[in-house]
Amino acid sequence: MNTESRAAAVIEANHLDLTFQTNDGPVHALKDVNLAINKGDFVSFIGPSGCGKTTFLRCIAALETPTGGSLTVNGMTPDEARRNRAYGYVFQAAGLYPWRTISKNIKLPLEIMGFSASEQEERVNKVLELVDLEGFGGKFPWQLSGGMQQRASIARALAFDADILLMDEPFGALDEIVRDHLNEQLLALWARTEKTIGFVTHSIPEAVYLSTKIVVMSPRPGRITDVIDSPLPKDRPLDIRDTPEFIEVAHRVRDGLRAGHSYDD
Amino acid sequence: MKQVIAVLTVLAAIVGLWYAACVPMNIKGVLTEQERAGAQVQPPSAKDRRDLGEFGLIAGNSFAIPATWEQARPRLPAPHQVAVEMWKTTVQKKITSKRSLIYHAWVTLSATMLGFVIGTGLGILLAVGIVHSRVMDLSVMPWAIVSQTIPIIALAPMIIVVLYSVGIQGILPKAVISAYLSFFPVVVGMVKGLRSPDAMQLDLLRTYSANGSQRFWKLRLPASMPYLFTSLKIGIAASLVGAIVGELPTGAVAGLGARLLAGSYYGQTVQIWSALFAAALLAACLVGLLGVIERSVLKRMGMAQ
Ligand SMILES: Nc1ncnc2c1ncn2[C@@H]1O[C@H](COP(=O)(O)OP(=O)(O)O)[C@@H](O)[C@H]1O
Ligand SMILES: [Mg+2]
Repeated sequence: MNTESRAAAVIEANHLDLTFQTNDGPVHALKDVNLAINKGDFVSFIGPSGCGKTTFLRCIAALETPTGGSLTVNGMTPDEARRNRAYGYVFQAAGLYPWRTISKNIKLPLEIMGFSASEQEERVNKVLELVDLEGFGGKFPWQLSGGMQQRASIARALAFDADILLMDEPFGALDEIVRDHLNEQLLALWARTEKTIGFVTHSIPEAVYLSTKIVVMSPRPGRITDVIDSPLPKDRPLDIRDTPEFIEVAHRVRDGLRAGHSYDD
Repeated sequence: MKQVIAVLTVLAAIVGLWYAACVPMNIKGVLTEQERAGAQVQPPSAKDRRDLGEFGLIAGNSFAIPATWEQARPRLPAPHQVAVEMWKTTVQKKITSKRSLIYHAWVTLSATMLGFVIGTGLGILLAVGIVHSRVMDLSVMPWAIVSQTIPIIALAPMIIVVLYSVGIQGILPKAVISAYLSFFPVVVGMVKGLRSPDAMQLDLLRTYSANGSQRFWKLRLPASMPYLFTSLKIGIAASLVGAIVGELPTGAVAGLGARLLAGSYYGQTVQIWSALFAAALLAACLVGLLGVIERSVLKRMGMAQ
């Protein structure tokens, strides 16, 4: 890696370890993880369940504390980065508060961070438009479909203008058709906002379609087995998935997953 | 419509059973009265009648059955007797009268409400403490549970005596007993409610670097509202029981408890039953009112459709 790209790295992990002490003995959730994510990257983490994808994302978000190695976010510790509002986090479930309207849900981080009422209003309108939910601000979560709820939760994560968006299987619970649509929208949103995105998935097509960089992981201990820089262009219509380039990348991901011996048990 | 029919059927069955039960319950007394009045009853000797079962008496004296529903001091008053008594002591009495059931219900209600407010406030405070402090969780909760295992009927006289000795009487001792019974469901429900947000919702707030009070006001408290209302409904019924029990040991002159007590002193079973029904009606109204408030609050919060 040359010095220039190193300078641009917004997330950098060196020899990162995380061992959970459980009643059944230590669990090596992450072992010797080395990774640099550059500004504007769309990085997917793919691997069988239990390989540490969530744990790695949670380390970046300072929700877990690594037991070894170093991890910086925007050149700071994850804790400092969080206090500087470096990232928005999207969980697998939308997790909207049922007692708040969509607008009020999006205002939640803004209220906590102390934005003025007029600025809150302005930002809510902006992000509602970004996720294509104009006109739904006054609705309660139960009045929206699952896909719309997940879009609202993405809007909530975007509201305070963090540069990094961390998403842990955000579309995992949605059906294929809704998912395709949301993937397309997510790419458009990424192009418009130029955010750096960390995206956990266990779908190979989803990872290849979305990412500029695909991180293949394998379990026991959780580690990175391959990092693939995608040769696909930034502009990706849905039918790019039928091109030979796409299929070749998908092959490489599948090989990486197999090499991790992840399916022998 | 189907529901109404079902409810009416059950009601009719209960009333029917009640009338039927009056016959064996009251037959002995009726026969004694009738004999005194000069009627021929079977068997004629009071001693023989005592040895004969109720159903034997009914079989031999079927003419006396209607009278079992009209006694002045029956062992079990008939439904219409209770209804008439309630009518007389509510609609036909000024509510300032000492014999008005509404006046007595109001006396009990005011102690109930005061106790309910104190109990609910205390319950919520304890729950907040328990959720936020591990020490309180370990120390308060067992005592709260133990407190509810002591029979209130044993504790009530002590509370009243102790408070009287420090110069407190009137509504407050009753309210204390009310509060004692109503705080517990509120503690249990609120602890559960405040703990209801899952790990993901708590993590979400951590990603915003939210502090403890933001976590409480924006997440834990609103999430606990459905639990709170459920506990309040149990709590208010317990409050009413507490207020009535609080009127028994003092020989209070006013309140539904006092009516129950006076009724049993003077063998006025009709009065006892109408006080009981007034208490049940009051409880139903209070719980129903809370249900209405619950629906409108949760609806406004967007938590009910
Ligand atoms: N809080 C925790 N305590 C103990 N073990 C954990 C904890 N969180 C995750 N693990 C373990 O760490 C490993 C990686 O988990 P995770 O990061 O959730 O995997 P993935 O998201 O890839 O499915 C798993 O074996 C899991 O059981
Ligand atoms: Mg996971």
